[in-house]
Amino acid sequence: MIDEIPIPSEQVKLFFMNLPFSKYIGLKLERIGNGQAVMTMPYQKNLIGDPKTGVLHGGVITTLLDSCCGAAVMTAGDPKTSTATIDLRIDYMRPAKPERTIIAEAMCYRVTNSVVFVRANAQDGTKKTPIATATGAFTSPF
Amino acid sequence: MSNNKQIDQIKKEVLISLVEKIPFCKTLGIKLDCLGNEITAHLPFKKDFIGNPAIPALHGGIIGSFLEITAIIQLSWAIFLERKDDQINTKKSSFEVQDIILQEIPKTIDITIDYLNSGRPMESFARAKINKIGRRYASVSVISWQDEPSKPFAMASGHFLVKNFNQKK
Repeated sequence: MIDEIPIPSEQVKLFFMNLPFSKYIGLKLERIGNGQAVMTMPYQKNLIGDPKTGVLHGGVITTLLDSCCGAAVMTAGDPKTSTATIDLRIDYMRPAKPERTIIAEAMCYRVTNSVVFVRANAQDGTKKTPIATATGAFTSPF
Repeated sequence: MSNNKQIDQIKKEVLISLVEKIPFCKTLGIKLDCLGNEITAHLPFKKDFIGNPAIPALHGGIIGSFLEITAIIQLSWAIFLERKDDQINTKKSSFEVQDIILQEIPKTIDITIDYLNSGRPMESFARAKINKIGRRYASVSVISWQDEPSKPFAMASGHFLVKNFNQKK
């Protein structure tokens, strides 16, 4: 699926990567277009949630998935305004393996004039089972 | 030291260690207030937390993180309170108690975040309510606000895995 998503232009990349909070936790936009997006986030010690195991905090995964979903929404059509999260549900399947970069993929599966419905998952590349999946509803920018 | 004073001291140190020893809490600069057994978490405003510079509004991710952290801290606190008598009777040092708590940080199973309003660029507060805490699972609701608790700008409800809560009863 990832191969079908276009690599973004430098300008779009810069916009998403320069949002203050995305920059703060080191999000990177890899691919975006056709209502889909892929983002990555390198492992960082200051984002640990469980000091005994070194596993990232769930909130970090929430941020990555929320951003990735938002980016996907913006490319599901021709946006006239920006989007905002209405609700987001995250299911944590397993802990993220320490030291691994997290990869998130989001896809809009229903786009209307008022709401865009999105699904996303986050992986660390060690197992087939994702670390977490997300389901969200966003205000429509179209 | 009298027993009561000792408990107060341990409580204080446990609260501080919850924030200090979880790197992500420290990174965000979260502070905790405790009146009786009720915890209020504070999230300071930093320019880095902006998600939409045009409004400007806090990033949805930081709001979600803040709500989740508050829920986890409230659960850790409940686990500590349930065990504190055992721990103090067996004369464990405050350091050992902190260590036990950090061993048993609740794990998030799922969390649903409701974004009611955009978060303005200012300090935010959050309070969690434990709806039910069983031997292994807990259900928690959290609200966060900026002006008054009756006007939350975001809410969350989630389920968490806890280790052997209430095992002796």
